[in-house]
Amino acid sequence: MEHLLYETTVFILAIFVGYYVIWSVTPALHSPLMSITNAISSVIIVGALIAVGPELFGISKILGFIAVVLASVNIFGGFIVTQKMLQMFKKKKK
Amino acid sequence: MEQNYSIFAYLISGIFFILALRGLSSPETARRGNVFGILGMIIAIITTLLLPVIENYALIALAILIGGAIGTSIALKIKMTALPQLIAAFHSLVGLAAVMVAGAAFHNPSAYGIGQTGNIPTASLIEMSLGSSIGAVTFSGSIIAFTKLQGIMSGGPITFKFQHFLNAALGLILISVVILFCLHQTQNFFWGLSILAFIIGFLIIIPIGAADMPVVISMLNSYSGWAACGIGFTLSNNLLIITGALVGSSGAILSYIMCKGMNRSFFSVILGGFGGDTEIQSNAKVEQKPFKSGDSNDAAFIMQNAESVIIIPGYGMAAAQAQHALKEMCDLLKKKGVNVRYAIHPVAGRMPGHMNVLLAEANVPYDEVLELDAINRDFSSTDVAFVIGANDITNPAAKTDPKSPIYGMPILEVENAKSILFSKRSLGVGYAGVENELFFRDNTMMLFGDAKEMCESIINVIKK
Repeated sequence: MEHLLYETTVFILAIFVGYYVIWSVTPALHSPLMSITNAISSVIIVGALIAVGPELFGISKILGFIAVVLASVNIFGGFIVTQKMLQMFKKKKK
Repeated sequence: MEQNYSIFAYLISGIFFILALRGLSSPETARRGNVFGILGMIIAIITTLLLPVIENYALIALAILIGGAIGTSIALKIKMTALPQLIAAFHSLVGLAAVMVAGAAFHNPSAYGIGQTGNIPTASLIEMSLGSSIGAVTFSGSIIAFTKLQGIMSGGPITFKFQHFLNAALGLILISVVILFCLHQTQNFFWGLSILAFIIGFLIIIPIGAADMPVVISMLNSYSGWAACGIGFTLSNNLLIITGALVGSSGAILSYIMCKGMNRSFFSVILGGFGGDTEIQSNAKVEQKPFKSGDSNDAAFIMQNAESVIIIPGYGMAAAQAQHALKEMCDLLKKKGVNVRYAIHPVAGRMPGHMNVLLAEANVPYDEVLELDAINRDFSSTDVAFVIGANDITNPAAKTDPKSPIYGMPILEVENAKSILFSKRSLGVGYAGVENELFFRDNTMMLFGDAKEMCESIINVIKK
């Protein structure tokens, strides 16, 4: 129970941080915002790695393996697409 | 002690993610932001790999190699006009990964430190169900969004009788299966609830039309975050909770901004069934009214002799891939001393910020591209408003006609410009199914045809 209270505290504080940080994002960069949030939400790979890690073979390991592949597609794809987009935003040449 | 190190490293990774999002507050700092994001991810992965529970690295390396190769090649090849569907596809992967991780945790709870098989604490079971069901909804919903954006499935809303009733019933069944899962802890109930959530995700996105996709994509973005949160609670991992909450609130705020840009409530978008994106051909009433139509010669003449021109792009520009031709046209006008700027409506296109990315791709400097609030009062001192592939977002009925479905929606006030040019395929109504009175004004000229061909032909006239 104590665990859950502690996690909920972190959760609610993070929502507040998110709220203020996201409102400061310029509307021109809303597309890169979507692709970068997509890339970082793949941090779920952390949970998948723990499933693939143990020597013991089982269903858990297969599911974890698929999840690592999926999350990796997202991590690499998401960060590269974001970089590609951001590289295009240029200022007027003076 | 080892555990404390990892908790600290995860915290650093979380801070890097916050800095990554913070970087997006301006285009100058955005690239550095992306680097922070990458660093945060590397720290998270290395920290996890150093945990004692990881004994075998071969399979992990293989999985990352496969996924990384696929992701990299897709990202390098993708065209900017296909961005909305790519983002939708990526969201579906996060959703599916969340289901898999929840499943893995259920089958091997001891690796995650949440008890033994058949004896998992109820709190963990609930968190697992949440992570898995939100993940499954994200997965199937994103697939539908992808097929609609890619044009595999009709962009129109698909509605049928008792739709909302069916969704509500499935929702109740899902809740009861979650309760049964918590009581019995069998894998049938786990996969049962995941499949139910999968069907629900499919059903809630099906009735939403293609032009409402900016809201849907943001919403699915938000869901993928909450799914990560659910998994974070299951694994008691603060990094997943923090990141999930950041992504979840980001998507929620974007959906809010998009809904506000259309003056529609979130629920009315979600309940769906609002218009199609196919342009309905002009009805009898429209045909009777006189309108002026012109060709590229007229358009070139009007714009060359103007002092200032504002370009208003919409989804039609993306569909015709007209951004490069448009930029070339504007460059020629600028050489003639015309002041050219771009005005972006928050819901123009198929995803938040869609137009900005396309214009950036065509090398339009971002300081010439202005948001609605920044440019709206300038229309009255502007000679020409050039509307390319947009309609509803310029319709004055949103301000004047309380009966109109788009009443209250903020619009770009092109009506105040001295003359208005509409580059459109037909006189048809826009997504909202409302006639635009601007088409029939004396100072409006319709330029019928493909947006890209129109720009190219104007370029040729100016060059002559």
